[in-house]
Amino acid sequence: MPAKELSPIQIYKLLPGTNCVECGETNCMAFAAKLVNREALLDECTPLLATEYTEAFAELWGLLKPAVKAVEVGTGENALTLGGEYVLYRHDFTYFNEPAIAIDVSDDMEDEEFETRVHVLNDFTYNYIGMDLTLDMLSIRSTSGDPVKFAEAVKKANDLTRKPLMLCSHDPKVMEKGLELVADKRPLIHGATKDNWSEMAELALKYGCPIVAYSPGDLDTLKSIALTLEEYGLEDIVLDPGTQPIEHMSTNLDIFTTLRWDSINEEEEGLGYPLLGAPMVAWGVAEEDPVLNEWNEAQLAGALITRFTDMIVVHGISGWSILPQIFLRSNLYTDPRKPVAVEAEVITIGSPTEDSPVLMTTNFALTYYTVANDIENAKVDSYLLVVDSEGMSVESAVAGRKMTADTVAEAIKEFKLEEKVKHRNIIIPGRSARLSGEIQEASGWSVSVGPLDSSGIAKYVEEKWNPYPE
Amino acid sequence: MAKERKVTLPISADLLEKLANFQEIELQDVIIDLEEIELSVSSSGGGGMNPVIMNRMAAEFALIRDSASRMSQVFGGGMPAMAPMAMPAQYAVAPVAPMAPIKAKPTSLIPAKTTIPPGDYVGEIVEVRLGATKSEGGTRSVSYTLGGQTAPAFYNFQAPPKNKPIIALDVFDWAKVPLSKAVKMHFREYLQDTGEWARVCVEKYGAEMINLHLLTIDPLIDDASPKSAVKIVEDVLQAVDVPISIGGCGDPQKDLAVFTAISEQIEGERLLINSVTLDMDIEKSAKLINDHDNVVVAFTSMDVNKARELNRKLYDHVDKSQIVMDTTTAALGYGLDYAFTVMERCRLAALKGDPELNHPMSSGTTNAWAAREAWMKMGPEFAPRELRGPIWETITGQTLLLTGVDYFMMMHPAAVNALKQTIDNLMKGKNPTETTNWVTVTVGGN
Repeated sequence: MPAKELSPIQIYKLLPGTNCVECGETNCMAFAAKLVNREALLDECTPLLATEYTEAFAELWGLLKPAVKAVEVGTGENALTLGGEYVLYRHDFTYFNEPAIAIDVSDDMEDEEFETRVHVLNDFTYNYIGMDLTLDMLSIRSTSGDPVKFAEAVKKANDLTRKPLMLCSHDPKVMEKGLELVADKRPLIHGATKDNWSEMAELALKYGCPIVAYSPGDLDTLKSIALTLEEYGLEDIVLDPGTQPIEHMSTNLDIFTTLRWDSINEEEEGLGYPLLGAPMVAWGVAEEDPVLNEWNEAQLAGALITRFTDMIVVHGISGWSILPQIFLRSNLYTDPRKPVAVEAEVITIGSPTEDSPVLMTTNFALTYYTVANDIENAKVDSYLLVVDSEGMSVESAVAGRKMTADTVAEAIKEFKLEEKVKHRNIIIPGRSARLSGEIQEASGWSVSVGPLDSSGIAKYVEEKWNPYPE
Repeated sequence: MAKERKVTLPISADLLEKLANFQEIELQDVIIDLEEIELSVSSSGGGGMNPVIMNRMAAEFALIRDSASRMSQVFGGGMPAMAPMAMPAQYAVAPVAPMAPIKAKPTSLIPAKTTIPPGDYVGEIVEVRLGATKSEGGTRSVSYTLGGQTAPAFYNFQAPPKNKPIIALDVFDWAKVPLSKAVKMHFREYLQDTGEWARVCVEKYGAEMINLHLLTIDPLIDDASPKSAVKIVEDVLQAVDVPISIGGCGDPQKDLAVFTAISEQIEGERLLINSVTLDMDIEKSAKLINDHDNVVVAFTSMDVNKARELNRKLYDHVDKSQIVMDTTTAALGYGLDYAFTVMERCRLAALKGDPELNHPMSSGTTNAWAAREAWMKMGPEFAPRELRGPIWETITGQTLLLTGVDYFMMMHPAAVNALKQTIDNLMKGKNPTETTNWVTVTVGGN
């Protein structure tokens, strides 16, 4: 059942109804509401685990399980969940598990390059509104076709990283040489094709690892392979319909959209699994400059993140190409049900005195976090006035009259800035410069126009701040 | 009364790991004499337990239970049914089915067919013509039609878009407009000459339209007169032969005065007037658009209901085919998710039949440069920013292209080029004759 159509009542009816509060909620109805929003786990209801509720449990799971199965790869703290999604469009509910980004290495790569790539995987991190954005997996391709070389590469990778691995060879003999070394780390096996499915299925069973069904360009065969793997008793399956170079962007969109649509809207058997995309296919095209390969890869990655993949494999490791990819997935996988705005108030940063600067920003969450982070990192002791702009950024709020001289003057009064500082001088964002005169008039405070971007605040305060201008 | 006894099988984590290497565990020469067994398999201790093995073990124990139960019928006494084993795992992971049947292994691939998702949309995006050629009463060498879609953006398997999205380059009439270095370097020589700037955008950078922004009219900048604005528009129309869009400064009164002068002086070009907002005099603005047969951008700020409201108000005075809607573009990393979702909601609602949202969409993709990551100096691992900026603009634009945007206002030549190429590729919609296998691909091509 599509997640958005589920009501708490449907769930409540199947719960024990004893209001035992063991789940931490005040009653079963509250727990049902949490379950519907996927904010609680079914097995937090301990009475449900008892024998008499076996059927109810199964029925509840049937209602609550995601349309796209959640597949675990890796172990321990670096383990990842691929898939586990409920809807096609994020506004219908929310997306849950960000697409994993796997970095490509191969078994005929020079040691130095191999190691550099793994280090980028391990160490890449970018702080974005309080979150550390990182990379997730290592994809090891057997390009040599030599089992010994593949085993060496797998061993080397396993020594260098704790992040989950994907082993890529379609030769079962090559695969097993690598797999047997790291099976306990639950790597993803890539994969079962129309030719090797039986032997690969045996390997997945033997080593208890998740497996990719791979059928580039042929969705019917992809579904056949997935159904056959299911018949084998395998449950952790990932679908790779192949990714085509950027020239065939249309084919890629068709394929990934069809697969996700079929699993969500048609509840089609054999397709309710995470999808794997490979933007790195862009590197197989001869270009004048490798920069173009990496650029095309970033664009492909962007399109595939937007269109439903749960995991992508990339070859480019330059920050300029990785950064937009991880920003995009972070953006699209934030919960659209959560409010955009933070509370309007005065924030104290560091230990300001009565002569410290008063800065101003809006209550749009992204703007607020960026500005507050910048001021904190620059260690500027100050007050930050967060004006209610109905959750809009400075520029839009000014253009849309959501932040006006009057709302600023009111905020100055409401949050008692006159009691916090002795001076009467406020620094407003550069992007609200057009309000400076009006604010001065409405509030009686003198107004200084700050930098266009909050990264310039520290320098601005150092050079220009004067609480008592003449 | 029988005394309850509990026996714990001492299976160590170590042994469990070893067991994980096997598909089946056969117990031989074992006699189990019991009334109730509790099986608890810990997933701690490294590898985690293979669910396949757990299923099989569950099945084995089910057999034991059944025989024990039969015995108990003979000897009296009870054997409770086994409770399902709950796995301490993340919510979305299925609890193990209590008794998965052991099936025979398949010997051939199970044939299957994938459904082509049906596109049963009732709505259609209205078509809007921008610009006018000589035969259409204007002086442009080309005019464009936006809209006409009957399926979500590039669901080519349902219905490819009827008309291709258009890319316009932003041109400003104010030399001091704040631009990022990476952008400015391409236009530095033309900042003083708006017409020349526009010409370079078309001839050198492939702009399909010019998106002129009249900033000098801003009372806070030069407060230039409507008459001087008309002159600038005439210069641009002279310099290029593509359709143009006229943007105001954001001051509702001044913008209306300037739009009025331009509409009255320049007839027949089917200009795109950018924009009319809810706080403008909508009746006057809309009549102006209608009287002079131009097109309006209905601009709202990331709110589906406001977008509907503005369109509804415009309908009283202009034809639907004269409205393009803009629900605000935010940069990648700085609100793109909101921009994306509002546009996606608008387009899907329109296709489902909402009669107040079925307009072509416009995006101020240049806003991508509001993201500091697009222009800021960062560590060497993020260099060069000459690439980071334009890819930022490209991904911002491409993401919105996939919601259904029809008209892009952009700035960086590399981003314009990349997005144009992408649009062309998507419009062609041709499948490859030979599929590429990424797993064996040679980096750098053959």
